[in-house]
This record gives sequence, structure tokens and C-alpha cells, in this order.
Amino acid sequence: MHRRTLLALAAAGLAATSLAGTTVGAQAQEIFKIGLILPMTGASASTGRQIEAAAKLYMAQNGDTVAGKKVQLIVKDDTGVADVTKRLAQELIVNDKVGAVAGFGLTPLALSVAPLATQAKVPQVVMAAATATITEASPFIVRTSFTLPQATQPMAEWASANGMKKVVTLVTDYGPGIDAEKTFTATFTKAGGTVENMRVPLANPDFSPFLQKVADAKPDALFVFVPSGYGAQFMRQFTERGLDKSGIKLIGTGDVTDDDLLNGMGDAALGVVTSHHYSAVHDSAENKAFVAAFKKAAGFRPNFMGVGGYDGMHVLYEGLKKTNGVGGEALVNAIKGMAWTSVRGPVSIDPQTRDIIQNVYIRKVEKVDGELHNVEFATIPNVKDPVKAAKAN
Amino acid sequence: MLTILFDGVAYGMLLFVLACGLAITLGLMNFVNLAHGAFAMAGGYVTAILINRWGLPFLATLPFAFLVPAAIGLVLERTLYVRLYHRGHLDQVLFSIGLVFMAVASVDWTMGSQQQFVTLPSWLKGRVDILGVQVGLYRSFIIVVCSVLVVALQLVLAKTRFGSRLRAAVDDPRVARGLGINVSAIFAVTFAFGSGLAGLGGALGAEILGLDPTFPLKFMIYFLIVVTVGGTTSLTGPFLASILLGVADVAGKYYVPSFGAFVIYSLMIVVLVLRPQGLFARAR
Amino acid sequence: MSHASADSFVQSGIVARTLARRGRWRAPEILFWLAALASIWLLPDRHLILNEIAIIGLFAVSLDLILGYAGIVSLGHAAFFGLGAYTAGLIAKHFALDPLIGLVGAAATAAALGWVTSFLVLRGADLTRLMVTLGVALILAEVANQAAWLTGGADGLQGVIMPAILGRFEFDIFGTTAYVYSLAVTFVLFVIARRIVVSPFGLSLRAIRDNPLRARAVGIPVNARLIAVYTLAAAYAGVAGALLAQTTQFVSLDVIAFHRSADVLLVLVIGGTGYLYGGLVGAVVFKLLQDWLASITPQYWLFWIGLILIVLVLADRDRLTARLTAAWRARAPGPAGGAGPANGPHATPASGER
Repeated sequence: MHRRTLLALAAAGLAATSLAGTTVGAQAQEIFKIGLILPMTGASASTGRQIEAAAKLYMAQNGDTVAGKKVQLIVKDDTGVADVTKRLAQELIVNDKVGAVAGFGLTPLALSVAPLATQAKVPQVVMAAATATITEASPFIVRTSFTLPQATQPMAEWASANGMKKVVTLVTDYGPGIDAEKTFTATFTKAGGTVENMRVPLANPDFSPFLQKVADAKPDALFVFVPSGYGAQFMRQFTERGLDKSGIKLIGTGDVTDDDLLNGMGDAALGVVTSHHYSAVHDSAENKAFVAAFKKAAGFRPNFMGVGGYDGMHVLYEGLKKTNGVGGEALVNAIKGMAWTSVRGPVSIDPQTRDIIQNVYIRKVEKVDGELHNVEFATIPNVKDPVKAAKAN
Repeated sequence: MLTILFDGVAYGMLLFVLACGLAITLGLMNFVNLAHGAFAMAGGYVTAILINRWGLPFLATLPFAFLVPAAIGLVLERTLYVRLYHRGHLDQVLFSIGLVFMAVASVDWTMGSQQQFVTLPSWLKGRVDILGVQVGLYRSFIIVVCSVLVVALQLVLAKTRFGSRLRAAVDDPRVARGLGINVSAIFAVTFAFGSGLAGLGGALGAEILGLDPTFPLKFMIYFLIVVTVGGTTSLTGPFLASILLGVADVAGKYYVPSFGAFVIYSLMIVVLVLRPQGLFARAR
Repeated sequence: MSHASADSFVQSGIVARTLARRGRWRAPEILFWLAALASIWLLPDRHLILNEIAIIGLFAVSLDLILGYAGIVSLGHAAFFGLGAYTAGLIAKHFALDPLIGLVGAAATAAALGWVTSFLVLRGADLTRLMVTLGVALILAEVANQAAWLTGGADGLQGVIMPAILGRFEFDIFGTTAYVYSLAVTFVLFVIARRIVVSPFGLSLRAIRDNPLRARAVGIPVNARLIAVYTLAAAYAGVAGALLAQTTQFVSLDVIAFHRSADVLLVLVIGGTGYLYGGLVGAVVFKLLQDWLASITPQYWLFWIGLILIVLVLADRDRLTARLTAAWRARAPGPAGGAGPANGPHATPASGER
């Protein structure tokens, strides 16, 4: 037998079986499909797990029928690679006829799908990616996570109000990190402080040279943004270097003290002050119920990613109720201006920018019931994304 | 300045412990084992589990971090690797990448995809001031452990009967077999030992490098750099290369942060173009 | 293992005859391409993944040119793929030129980089080349990351809007235009590559792969040939990257990342090196497997891929391929005597790699 024939046959057979498996039959009108595209493997896998668990929890709690339609969740793994995300979204839209795509763990992943959402008029719910500009990429994008400037600005204000004069910023060198750096620098210098900027490459196993530079600069505080997976490593090296004892305060956005990982960081994390929109010990009845249910279902603590996924499902459900099950542009319009009490506190979707407006809390890492938690001690209510707010004015 | 040098050396030492097993399999046994990082990850997870779930102290977990991956290595060598010694490098790459994929997915399934932490005893935390140089205690610990390992390894390879048998088995397996040396047993032990060392490196490095299921993929490049730059004919080569890379990386990021990421790669290319057999290779 | 001595190739008319025989198209090949063509109509709702397969296939063919025919192992082939993608993306973004011009531009820049870096891979053994190519790709990835003003950095290149091909064929949301376009480009380039590998030039490459010293001794300009094929392969990879950028209308740092180089090597090795179809078949098999497994278990598909790879190797991929190759040769038309010496360099790649 010819090798090529054999291999071609094998390939064809494989193609036939695998293609047949995913081809959808007649579309029942009563089903509303949501394509959930997440990094389930690779470096950002934990983001995917959080959001998937939260989305499934939401559906378990609220039933899978909305406005007479059965909601079906299709989870896809994009491995954190943008062209795969785009292809999966396209396949979901074209083949599975999904009513909405959701998820998107990283900025480029969300951006790659934006033109598609516009073209196909399919709502795109961003549940994680946090660069400010994402919602501008398509009028069909709605965001239920946060933007980094949104979380950063209150931190800068708090720092300057609490007598800090000189701060070094240390951010990971990519979209959200640069967003955080710019916002912090602008806000803090406007308030009369001085800032020195430093950027760390994304793939960076060892923070020691950067921390040494920080130690040499002797600032009042170090403002840090690193993607959530790197926070723990950073924190431990910060303590190891003795920077905590040299009087340099560690401040940052909540990514560094990610609830999912915080407890494992050990006492090194105690006393770190961060600003963020969600803490697993946020004091409300809604949140307590959520955390308990989440832990029971998933086996780990929810973090801000999980909450983004939970609220993302919420806007879709509530939007569908308003439109009576109609998707597309009507659904986006129904979501605009929506306000509700989330587990993170009162939130709403800005009708102009389709970005989330929410409280940002200043928190400090403390021990609660023997576990490390971000304990909220100050609230800045109803923060809009400052980048887009500045553009609007 | 000296602090930077110190950090670089510690980082390099760590790289060496992680990579030296690979230098052995690749250099001595001529097997491209990309799954090397998986053994390191195994060691890291053993330590993390023993500390966090069983409450063992850090030091007590280190022997396990060596033994468990070594045992896994031994089993895999006997059952799978042994069939592939005579095969082409591409087969070995395919095979070991397959192993890495399985390891990554299995760890993800059993332990979750989030970072794992190793709690250090308090006497290893923080830093002390020695003659005006700030020295991290944990990094000093790494340097001490690694130095001991290097010396021990070198002695084993150069002075012991096992070492000379190993070298004989590698240089000419047929003649060695003819002389009554049990070549396959030697290979198995060596492979297991290399895996164990990787596990130890993973346990020691968890604190500095982090530990999650993607560890083997994330650090594969670094291991390969160390081994190729150092040359695969001896252990001194990879050792010096590790130190050099560690220092260059740390210093590069400190002095020219915006070019920090370029330093290590450029260095590698320059070395390999000038000396394709590795920086410290001897003619065989 | 003894190789056919290179000097036998320069003797008499055997060469011409052998080459002509090898150059002939055979039924299975024609079938393969007909099947690809038929898929346009038979699988209308799978054009998106088929498009991706065609692109990866072309990318793997480009790697096969250097690995399967010249014996250069590369773990940094994404450097050219990525450069091509960015070139095509930038051309579309800033000049809105026809995609075909974008392809040419991508091929040109990638070839230029290939030519420059080819001097780095002339020396050294497998491992050295592996790491040098890897280093080049990593540095380029870092350049793309740093040059955010040009490339969009880690956020990806935004605002790439592709004009219609030749002003007539718009890219549609079903990926049909994209697939037909990618398939056509892949086919044309494949035919050219096929022509090249059965030319005397291709033959001299194999001689170099099997024994560089001997090749030099019989008067083959080894370095010049390696530089030429490396540059050619780079251009091919650049075109593949350009196709990806054009059909997804988006370029992110992933196009140049390490995993892209590793994946293509995997794809090629699965399909088999040294007969050009390996890349295409590997792409079909790997992509469909991945897609199928990932739709069943989005979290743990990696495990099953790993298992399949291991089984594939243990089932002795080489012997499998070698036997098939032998069967293939036996049935190929031509003088039976001529098949002997011509087989020499062909049957050995697996053992020759060590």
C-alpha cells in the first residue's frame, strides 16, 4: 500500500470522525448558546478554571432556562493564543450559532475577537482581560471584570494621601502593566509625588535584579503590578530581600494578592496594601453565600477572575430576560446601563463605554480565621474607568 | 555590585542543579530528554505536598524530592527510555515532549493549575549583612548545597569505579559490555540519579522560580541553554555555563533593564557560533 | 550504515533518469490534492480549522525543506513565520495593499532574515543548531515585544483590515475565502518546493544531509547550498505567517513564540520528514486530533496528545515510515536497477540523524 494513500486515508478517516462529532444538527430555536473561550491549559490556566467554575456555578444556582430558552454553555480552550481564540470564536459563531461569546483571559485574546463580534453582531462579554481600551474595540463588547487604571487610580490617591512622597513602580511589560504604570504615575505626580518607573519582562523567573534596583532607590513605597500567577513569587522575593524591613511599603493592585493564591504565600504577604474591586472576604450576605457555594462546587477559593465570570453570566441572564431571549444588538443594549448588587458590591454597566462601574476597595492582607485574606478598610465608590472617562471629558 | 554578583551566582547554581541531570543524559547517554523539567517539577511538588499537607520541615523533604523523581526516572528508564537509546534524536524529542504533556496535564488534574508554595523555615528567610554585602540566607543555602553537589558529582565521575565504568559505557558500550560491565544497569542508575538531581533542583528552586504545572515547558529553554553553552562532554562545562548565565542574566537586568531579556539569548548565540561544541568542551 | 556514494550521482544519465522519475506525479499525490480541493465543498462549516491546517501545513513544509532535505534542525522557525505575519499585517494596516503583495513582502523580509541568520547555522551539530535557531527566534520575539510602537507589543497588532484579494474576493466570516486562498497558496508553493527537491539542487542537499564531508569532497558548495535552502525555507515560513495574519486579520506575539516553533517541529515529525507531504499530513492529523480532544476535554486534552505521541514513537514510527517508503518505491515506475542506488540516501534519514 502506498504510504501517501495510507496516510491520506488515515487523515480522512480521522477528519470524518472528528468533524462529524462536532457538526451540529438542526438548531432548536429554544436554545441559547454561550461560547465560553478561556485559557484552560498553559500559563493562564488558573484564570480559565476560575471563570469556568464560576459560570457553571451561576447556571447551577439560577437554572439553565431564561426567558423560555435553554442556556447551553460551550467551553473551549484557546491555550492563551490569540489566533486560536479568534478561530474558536468564529467557529462558535458560524457553526454553533452561539448567541454570545464570553471569557477572554488576556488582552490580545479579547482584542482578536473584537472585529468578529462587530461583524457578526454577537455580544462579547469580557470576563477577565483588563486593558482599558478593550471595550473601544467593538460596540458589542461588554466587560464585567475591571480595568487596571480603574483599580490603580485609587491606590495612587491613597498613597499620596497617606504621606508617601516617592514611589517606584514595577510593572510587567505588557498592556495592562503599562496601563497601571501610566495611571499611577499620572495620578501620583499630579498629587505632588515623584515616581520612578521600572518594567519587568513577561517571562521572567527571577525578580532579584529589579528588587535590588528598588532597594537602591529607597522609595517610600513600591507599587507593583504583575499578572496574578507571578504575584506570589514576587512577594516572596520581596520579603527574602528584606525590603519589607527596610521601610519600603509594598502597594499594588489586587492581582499581586490574588485570593486564589494568597493563603499559600505565607506571612510574607501580611500587611501588603492593595486596591481592587473584589475580595473573597468582602462583607456582604451575597458574597458569603457565593464564596461558600463556590468553594463547595470547585474546591478552591474564588478570586476576582471568578467573580468576573459570575457577573458575566449575570448580565447575559438578565439581558436575556429583558429582551425575551433575543440576542445580538438587542442583548447588548439591554445590558447597557444594567445595575445590580454583585457579590463584590454595587456595580453597573456604563451605558456609554459598556465597561463596568464599581467600587474599588483599599485592602490590607490580614489573618482571618487562620487564613490570609485581603481585608477591605476603605471604599472608593462607583469608580469609572479613568482612561475612558478622561477621553469623554 | 557584590550583591548582584551573589544573586547571579545563586541563580546560576540553581540552574546547574536543575540542568545537570540533562547534561548527563544528553552529554553522556546521548539522549535528548526534553522531559527533564518534568522530573524537576515532580521534585518540587513532592516538597510542596510534604510541607503543606504532611507538615514536614523543609529540609526533611529534600531527600524525598530526590528519591521520588529518581524512582520515577528509574521506572520510566527501564520501561520506556531504554527502547529509545538507539533511535534518532527526533524520535526522542517526540517521545519526551509527549511525556511532558502527560506530566503537565496529570499534575494539573491532581493538584490544580495554580501556583504551589513551599514554606521555608524561618532560619532560611531574610538576609544578613556580611562585610557590607547584603546576602540572602536562602540564596546562600542554595550556593552551599549546590557547591557540595558539584564537588561530589565531580568526584563520583572522576574518581570512583562507578564513574569510570559509566565513562567506559558511554564511550563504547560494546567494548564495555565485553569487559563485563553491566551497561544497561549503569545507564539506568545514571538516569535515575539525573532525574533525582532534577527533582532536588525543582524543590530548591520552587521558592525562586515558582511552581505550577507548566514548569517543565517554561524552563526547558533554560536547561537547554545551560547544557549547550556549557558543552555536554563534562560537568564542569555546564557548571561554569550556569554561573555565567546566572550572573549575566541578573546583571543584565540590573544594569540595562530594557535589554535584560536579550542578554542571555545573545550570549548563547555568540558562544555557540564561536564555539559550536560549547564553551568549555574538550575534544573527545 | 553505508550511503550511496555521492559521486555516483554525477555519473552518466542515471541522474537525469532518476530525477525525471522522481519528478513524476503519482496517483496518491493527485488524490491527496483532489481530497483537499473537495473539502472546500464537502466540509463547508469547517473552513476555519482547515484554513489553519493549510497554513500550518505550509509552515511544516518549509521546515521540511531544511530538516528533511538539508538536515538542519531548527527550534526557531517561528522567527520567519512571525516576521512574515508582522510584515503582512503592517502592509495591510498602513498601505491597504492587495493581500498578494503582502505575501510577496512577507516572503522578502523573511528571506532576508533567513539569509542573514543562515550564516549562524552553518556550523555545529544538531543541538547547537537547535539552540542557535531558538535563540534567534527568542530575540526576535523580544524585539517584537519591545517595539510596541510598531507591532502593538503584547496587545497585538490592531486595526488590520484586509482588502479583497485581487480586489474581488472579500474575506468572509465563514472562512471560505480564507481557506481557498490559503489552500491555493500552499498548493502553488508546494508544487514549487516539489520541483526544487527533485532538481539537482535538491539532490545535492540530500548529499549534504547524509554526509557533508563527502559532499564537499565531490565538489558540492556545501555552505552556499545550505544558505540558499535556509533562505528559501525562511521565505516559505514567512508566507505561511503572512497567510495567518491575513486570514485572521490580527497579529499577536504568539506568532513568533517558542511554542509555535515547537508545534511545527512536532507536526512535521509526526507526519515524517523528507518527503514534503509529511508536513501536510502531520498538520491534518495533529490539528484534528487536538481539536477533537480539546472539544471533549478542554482541560486535559494535552494528556491524550502526549499519550498518542509516546505510543507513536514506541510503535516505531521509523520502521513504519521506512516500510511504507519501500513499498512506495517498489511500485514507482522506472527501471528496477536504478531504484537501488537512489534508495540509499532516502532510506537512512532516521539513522542518519544521530
